[in-house]
Amino acid sequence: MAKQVTIDAKGVHYTPLNQQIRKAVEDGVDEIVVDNVLGQRFIGNGLRGNATIRVNGVAGGDLAMFMSGPTVIVSGNAEHAPGNTMDSGKVVIHGSAGDAVAHSMRGGKVFVRGDIGYRGGIHMKQYETQRPILVVGGSAQTFLGEYMAGGLLLVLGLDGAMKAREIGSGIHGGEIVIRGDVDEACLAAGAKKLPLTDEDRARIAPVIQEFAADFGLDAEPLVKADYTRIVPASARPFAGKYTWE
Amino acid sequence: MNSNFGSMPLRYRISIDREQCMECGRCVENCPYGVFRWDGERILINSRNCTACHRCLTYCPRDAIMLQEHPCDYRSHPVWTRGVRESIYNQARTGKIILAGMGSVANLPIIFDHLMLDACQVTTPPTDPLREPVELRTYLGKKPSKLEFTQKPNGDVELSTELTPNLMLETPIMLGHMSYGALSLNAHVAMARAAKETGTFMGTGEGGLHPGLYPYQDRMIVQIASGRFGVNVDYLERGAAIELKLGQGAKPGIGGHLPGEKVSADVSKTRMIPQGSDAISPAPHHDIYGIEDLPQLVNSVKEATERKKPIFAKIAAVNNNAENVAAVARSGVDAIAIDGFRGGTGAAPRVFRDHVGIPIEVAIATADRELRNQGLRNEVSLIACGSIRESADVIKAIALGADAVYIGTAALVAMGCRVCGNCYQGLCSWGIATQRPDLVARLDPDVASNQVANLIRAWTLEITELMGAAGINSIESLRGNRDRLRGYMLDEGLLEILDVKSVGA
Repeated sequence: MAKQVTIDAKGVHYTPLNQQIRKAVEDGVDEIVVDNVLGQRFIGNGLRGNATIRVNGVAGGDLAMFMSGPTVIVSGNAEHAPGNTMDSGKVVIHGSAGDAVAHSMRGGKVFVRGDIGYRGGIHMKQYETQRPILVVGGSAQTFLGEYMAGGLLLVLGLDGAMKAREIGSGIHGGEIVIRGDVDEACLAAGAKKLPLTDEDRARIAPVIQEFAADFGLDAEPLVKADYTRIVPASARPFAGKYTWE
Repeated sequence: MNSNFGSMPLRYRISIDREQCMECGRCVENCPYGVFRWDGERILINSRNCTACHRCLTYCPRDAIMLQEHPCDYRSHPVWTRGVRESIYNQARTGKIILAGMGSVANLPIIFDHLMLDACQVTTPPTDPLREPVELRTYLGKKPSKLEFTQKPNGDVELSTELTPNLMLETPIMLGHMSYGALSLNAHVAMARAAKETGTFMGTGEGGLHPGLYPYQDRMIVQIASGRFGVNVDYLERGAAIELKLGQGAKPGIGGHLPGEKVSADVSKTRMIPQGSDAISPAPHHDIYGIEDLPQLVNSVKEATERKKPIFAKIAAVNNNAENVAAVARSGVDAIAIDGFRGGTGAAPRVFRDHVGIPIEVAIATADRELRNQGLRNEVSLIACGSIRESADVIKAIALGADAVYIGTAALVAMGCRVCGNCYQGLCSWGIATQRPDLVARLDPDVASNQVANLIRAWTLEITELMGAAGINSIESLRGNRDRLRGYMLDEGLLEILDVKSVGA
C-alpha cells in the first residue's frame, strides 16, 4: 500500500519544511502532501527517488532545482525558475509560473497549465537519453528558448495569443514548437522557422496527450492543431564572431 | 577575398645549428604544431608555425635548436606598437573579434612588485620557524560573530553556537578553477593529487567532474557556472565545497565558449552535452538578473546539499568591486574569490583581457575594507586570484586582506607550461591544454603532481620564513595586517586605496 504523509507548511520557513520533505522521502513515503504552501522556496531541491510531492498552494522560487526523479504537483502558481537545472522527474504546475522556467534543465518534464514569464526554457540541454521537455498551456513571454541547446519546448497557447518575442536567440540545439503561426519578426537571430512534419507531430503527440491527461484537457484537437517549429539556424551561432591573435 | 598584406613578419624564428644536429628527429616527433619535417635526410623548418612552447628545445639532445622572438623588426614606434599594428592587420583581414590565450599582456605596473614586506630587527625579535611553530592552517567559511557556551552540571563548558561548515587548508594556497576540457585529464589528476598531498583544495572549473577524479573528490571545489555544464545533484554532493562562478578576471562581464572540436567523447560525458557540440556559457547566470536573485541561487544550492558544504562565489575585479563584494557577502555565501584583471584563461577576447577590470591587489584591499566597514568580514572568507606568481604575492595578498589564494597559471608552469598562450589551439605540446591522446600521454600525472606539490611546499616554506622574519607566528595575525607592508613608488591615491603606508613611513 502506498505510504502517504501530510505536512502543514503554514508559517514554516523553507529550511525546516524541506527537511521534513526530505526526511519523508528517505523514510520511503510515496506521496507527500504539503498543505498551506505560501511561497516557500526550494521545495523538492536536489531530491532523488520517485515520490510524489503534492504542493497545495503557491510554490516559491527554484522549485525542484537539481531534482532527480520525484514528481512535484503544484495546485497553484510557482515563482521564479521551477525545474531549474533539473535532472529527471516531473513538475506539474496547475497555475502559472515566473521567469526562467526550466532554466538549464537537462532532463525530465515541466508542465505548466497557465502562462510562464520571461526566458522560459533558457539553455535547456540534452545528453544521450536525457531530453528535457517543457510544455506551457498558456502563453510564454519574450526570450523564450534563449541559448537553447537541447530538448523540446512546447507552447500550446490555450488562453489567447502568444506574447513571446525574440524567440530562440542563440539557440544551438533542441526545438521550440508553438501552436499556430509565429510571425517571423518574433524570431531572434540564430533561430529559424520550419513547418511541423508528420514525424514531428508523431514525436510530440505523446507529450501533448500526457499534458492533456494531467490537466483534464481534450488531447485530440491539440494533437491535430497547426504548429510552428523553431530550430537553430546553425549549431554554432557564435562561430563566425572570432579570429585568433 | 584575400588581403593585400601578404605574409606577416615572423613571430618566432627557429634555427638549427647543423654542426650540432645529429638528425635524431626528436624535434619532428615532439612538435605538434608542424614546425619541423623530414625532407629525405634533412630536417626542414617552418618557423611560421612556432608558438615558442619550447618542446623541441627541451628534447633536443644536442642543444642544437635556438628560438628567437620577433626576428624581424618593424620600424620602432612608441604608439604604433607591433601588437597594435598586427591587430589591425588581423581585423582588417577578418572583421572579427580577436581571441587570445592566457592572461593580460598589457605592460602595466604590477602593484605586488611595489609592495615591500616587513621584517623584525632590534625593537622586536624575529621568530625562528625552525624552533617555534608558524601556523599556516587556514579555515575558509563563515566565522560566528560571537560564541555562546552552556555550562553542564559537572562544570564542563560546551559550545552552543552552531558553526557552519568550513574548509580546512594546511596552507593558504589552493589550485584555482580550470576546467577539464580546457585542460587534459592528466593535468587535472596531477593537480588533484597535489592538492591531496599538500592538504589543500582544487577547483574543477566548469567542466564537471571526471570519474578519474572521484578518488580526490574530498579535495575538489566543484563549480557551477552559467552554462551549468556537468552540474547535477551527484556532482554537488561529491565536492568538498561548491563555487558559483559569476565572473572571470580575464574577461569580466562576458561568458565563455568551448568550441565543439574540444568536446571529445570523454569531455562530453563530464559536461553532459553531445560530443562535438559547442559548450556556450552565457555572460550572466540567467537565473540571476538582480541582486535579490543571487541569495536565491546560493540558498538553493545550500538546500540541495542540506547546508553541509561551504558555498563560494567567484567574481571578477571591476570598478565597483567593494559594492559587488558586499552584495555577494550578503547573499549568504561562505567565501568570495576575487579574480584580478591579470587572471588567466584558455581563451578571451584580447580587448577584454588587456583592458577590462582592476588589479587583484586593489580588489582585495577594497573588499576587505568594505566588509569590515559593513561588519561582514566574519561572514565570508576572501580568496585572491589572478596572477599570483610567487610566495611573496601570496603573503602580500593575505596582508592586504585575503584569507587564501587560488593559483592557476603558476600550477600549469609547475607542470611544464611555457606560457606560450596557445592553449586555444588544443595542441599543447606539454599535454596540459589538449585532449589529443598522444599529447595528453606526454604528461605523467605522477611526475606532474609531484612538481605541483613541490611548488606548493616550496611557497609554504618561504611564507613560513617570511612570517617568522616578521615575527608573525600565525596566518590570522598576517591577514589584513597592512602595517607589515610598505608601498614603494606608489602614488598617494593608490596608497590610500590600499590603506598601506609609503616606504619610510
